[in-house]
Amino acid sequence: MLKDITLGQYFPGNSLAHKLDPRTKILLTVVYIVMLFCAKSFVSYGVVALLLITGVKVSGVAPRALVRGLKPILFIICFTAVLNLFYTPGEILVSFWIFKITKEGIFTAFFMVLRITMLIMGTFLLTYTTSPIALTDGLETLLGPLKKIKVPVHELAMIMSIALRMIPTLIEETDKIMSAQRARGADFESGSLMQRAKALVPILVPLFISAFRRADELAVAMECRCYHGGEGRTKLHVLHYQTRDYLVFLVYIGVLFGVLVLAHFGL
Amino acid sequence: MKPIIRVENLTHTYGENTPFCRSAVKDVNMEILEGEFLGIIGHTGSGKSTLIQHLNGLLKPTSGRILLGDRDIWAEPKKIREVRFRVGLVFQYPEYQLFEETVYKDVAFGPKNMGLDEQEIDRRVRSAVAFAGLGEDLLEKSPFDLSGGQKRRVAIAGVIAMEPEVLILDEPSAGLDPAGRRSMLENIRSYHKEKGTTVVMVSHSMDEVAENVDRIIVLANAGVVMSGTPHEVFSRAQELLDVGLNVPQVTQVAMELVRQGVGIDPAAYTVMDLRNALAALKGGRPNA
Repeated sequence: MLKDITLGQYFPGNSLAHKLDPRTKILLTVVYIVMLFCAKSFVSYGVVALLLITGVKVSGVAPRALVRGLKPILFIICFTAVLNLFYTPGEILVSFWIFKITKEGIFTAFFMVLRITMLIMGTFLLTYTTSPIALTDGLETLLGPLKKIKVPVHELAMIMSIALRMIPTLIEETDKIMSAQRARGADFESGSLMQRAKALVPILVPLFISAFRRADELAVAMECRCYHGGEGRTKLHVLHYQTRDYLVFLVYIGVLFGVLVLAHFGL
Repeated sequence: MKPIIRVENLTHTYGENTPFCRSAVKDVNMEILEGEFLGIIGHTGSGKSTLIQHLNGLLKPTSGRILLGDRDIWAEPKKIREVRFRVGLVFQYPEYQLFEETVYKDVAFGPKNMGLDEQEIDRRVRSAVAFAGLGEDLLEKSPFDLSGGQKRRVAIAGVIAMEPEVLILDEPSAGLDPAGRRSMLENIRSYHKEKGTTVVMVSHSMDEVAENVDRIIVLANAGVVMSGTPHEVFSRAQELLDVGLNVPQVTQVAMELVRQGVGIDPAAYTVMDLRNALAALKGGRPNA
């Protein structure tokens, strides 16, 4: 039951999108988002959409998986659509009671929904094709210059990868504790909201205790292997940009330029 | 003896309809008899834990049935909690499930869920704690201040306090030191003797199982490969070795003696057995 939760939903694969340097993918996602916000109308959105579709095709990720990722934010999408539909001033098409639907409203709502959807899909493409470890590795390298102004980049990246590493372990642990308490007649599925909240105590207390215990053990194990933070630490897998990274960068810059020009002419 | 739990054609598949689909238990048929001390042995990943989680309805069979008494436990899914009160299951490393402020409250968790009154809960907590080999002076302590072995006893008491008809223990002595193991097993044995209820012990330690149980079920590769008295099972030593299990150390000695031409039963599985066999050989009278 709990195993159905997916976080850092990485789909292993061997496509070009998987093979790209994680730094490339992070930067390109940023460029993609900029493009999305620069896009003004059908033509420019079409170009960005084309880019997204190409990305999905190249990555081999099932489009169904991308659509499924939209489910949690469906409410926000609908909310934005409705808000924009009714509250954009302009040429009134239909009006009833206090509601007015304007031509501009329809356009804004449509583009807003398109923008959010494509934003989510684009970033999902990043997490679907990049393993959490590669992602933190890429982020750490990209944020490296911030070390100059005393931002603990390495430590933050380490915290992130340990957190990601612990998610499946804690899920398994939760499952085990739940079964053990169920065996003693604990009931998590019925009763009022208050009762259900109370029923969580027998799960949360042991879970917290074991999380702290694991953290302690891990800290000792890391110290035993002489971990002392990022200072002077080298990497087993050093990231290198390949020809394919430069090529994809070129494509993106071209598209970005195109979108900017199109947007300038209001297309 | 009549069976208290019957398992019929039980199959359990994890992750059905996914690429990770795997049958942990496949077409298992077995019986647990009323009042017996049953041992279930199998190597890691043989499906032991999956099997026992079916016996109290924590897992639902993919196919097959579990009969408690004469009733299918899943006949009325709403009443599955009652099954869990009748079949008490102690998980592996149960000390990690403790959560209450005091030992008393933690042991009382099960009985409280059963909806018993204060007096009955009090009686059960005290009797369960005694069976688990803990002193009454610990009742008001925090379970987190106890030693590992004591914590485990508290957790076992928490299940015993529900006074289940069948008590199932998954590796109750795992991770304890030798003295802890011995006294844990002694407590379980005396619980079985005094209460007269059915006890099932899951283990992969042959010596532990050999010295305690009336009957053994051997699991391997998701199915039952053998069942019978310890003597019957340990006389098929080669088959046990083939499925990655061992025979008790005493049996190993007996087998080696037989190989060297000593005329005794190679399936002797307790020290006393072997001693008597050797004494008989010398013409002396076997003494108990």
